[in-house]
Amino acid sequence: MTALTAPLDRLRWTLTDGLTLVGRELARLRQEPGQIVAALLFPAVMVVLFGYVFGSAIRVPGGGDYREYLMPGLFAMVTFSAWLGVMTRTASDASRGVMDRFRSMPMARLAVPFGQTGADLLTGLLMLTVMVTAGLLVGWQPHRGLIPTTQAFLLMILLRYALSWVGVYVGLAVKNDQIADALVPLGLPFTMLSNAFVPTGGMPPWLRLLADWNPVSALTAATRELFGNPGAPSATAAWPLAHPVTTVLLWSATLLAIFVPLSLRAYTRQGR
Amino acid sequence: MPEPIVLAEGLRKSFGDTHALRGLDLTIPKGTICGVLGPNGAGKTTAVRILATLSDPDAGHARIAGYDVVRDAGQVRARIGLAGQYAAVDDKLTGRANLRMFARLSHLPRRQAHRRADELLERFGLTDAADRQVAGYSGGMRRRLDLITSLILRPQVLFLDEPTTGLDPRSRGEIWDNIRELVTDGTTVLLTTQYLDEADHLADDIAVVDHGHVIATGTPDQLKATIGDRLDVVLQDPDALNQAATVLKALTTTEPTTTGADRLSVALPGGSLKLADVVRELDRAEVAAADVRLRRPTLDEVFLRLTDRKQTVR
Repeated sequence: MTALTAPLDRLRWTLTDGLTLVGRELARLRQEPGQIVAALLFPAVMVVLFGYVFGSAIRVPGGGDYREYLMPGLFAMVTFSAWLGVMTRTASDASRGVMDRFRSMPMARLAVPFGQTGADLLTGLLMLTVMVTAGLLVGWQPHRGLIPTTQAFLLMILLRYALSWVGVYVGLAVKNDQIADALVPLGLPFTMLSNAFVPTGGMPPWLRLLADWNPVSALTAATRELFGNPGAPSATAAWPLAHPVTTVLLWSATLLAIFVPLSLRAYTRQGR
Repeated sequence: MPEPIVLAEGLRKSFGDTHALRGLDLTIPKGTICGVLGPNGAGKTTAVRILATLSDPDAGHARIAGYDVVRDAGQVRARIGLAGQYAAVDDKLTGRANLRMFARLSHLPRRQAHRRADELLERFGLTDAADRQVAGYSGGMRRRLDLITSLILRPQVLFLDEPTTGLDPRSRGEIWDNIRELVTDGTTVLLTTQYLDEADHLADDIAVVDHGHVIATGTPDQLKATIGDRLDVVLQDPDALNQAATVLKALTTTEPTTTGADRLSVALPGGSLKLADVVRELDRAEVAAADVRLRRPTLDEVFLRLTDRKQTVR
């Protein structure tokens, strides 16, 4: 029997148990291959749908190809879907008693949230790969070389990880997979209300204010800048759009600082 | 005498204005099955959650195998298993994948985890279904998987929270057999149930819980003896019901219960009354009885009497 006493031991078991739970998510996907196909097809469909349907009507400010303009927006959209998936899975574990079984076992306490967010990171990487492939096929490409391109992807991954902790917390808070499922459609308007698909310049002022300060816009602007894609913010743009990389880093740090401790506390205290 | 393997003293727990436990005491000797009986909302599940370290008591304390459930929660978790209403398995995985995952999370090395999973599947007759997704299991198979998941580490104490609620009689019987078998291995079982026949069949000792504390303890026989035997009378003519009731009341000094259009039931005080006396008295009052029977009370009757619910029995 393992007595989780020494801190080093505890760290090792948190990692081992976390990896076991990442393996669980992968095994779940293996059981339902349709789900992977759907999850991977969705971004590819979005590329074609938005790229050609919207692309025929929208003019990019400052000129440039709409599909080049669109791809960073779709990357942002996929990034922001992270918390929804994690929330749904956490809520389902909490409502079905799987969480209680974990908590009645001599396993590392923190492994469950770390495992869940770690698994989401893998899913996210897979989805990004599909998106990149689809993007390259429709004519998108990064223009500024290896280092800025890498930075753009790291930025997306960082924000995705931070967002997945929001998902853990909300999932533990709602504790009911039906409520969690009902929250999922809220993700779309949140993404749409940004510069991801259309420039914010033409929106009425109040809506534009929301869109400019939406973190989705900041991530989109940041990756547009790092990929060298069209749609650079004008000189009069709101602060988050004028400094998109800093804004995304600030958002990530803030979300992690708030939601990691909140989630860990909610997990250990649940049901007490 | 050694300390009982499960010991709870004065457990209290409130959720807002709801007092789920109001000073619950419980002791379970090693290697026995203790049935915790109680109506819905009596506090059974709250008690199990505290003993299984999922919840902290507001007052009182509990020890499992000598370890405090709050201070030494880690040691307790290493010695218990939890199954039933409030523990579950992953629907999306196969039965085997579930067992392997929980075995790995119990820190068995990979090879040992796989061996233990196979062993349990084999022993509890789930080998054929092992590689199917749990979502497609029948209710009985799911419960059995849930039960064996809690056995991975060979727990000293197993908490079964309503393990057969909602199962068909055959699956119930299978789970009962599984539980009995565990005790022969030396596992101590705490079983909560709403089914009195379940406790009657399985439990060595019963603790009746109502309004957050234990109101009676004893073996099923002892509990039945506390309310005395019962007399059931079936009449040939339903019209004679009132007359028969008068005779029975005079004999037993207790108000009989009408259990059907033509039948009565009454509790007997002590054991002095003979069946022959009853038959003779009914004869004398010219009441024709189709059947007169003396029997032990059912646990349902004991339960209803103890928990002070309505007195009409089946």
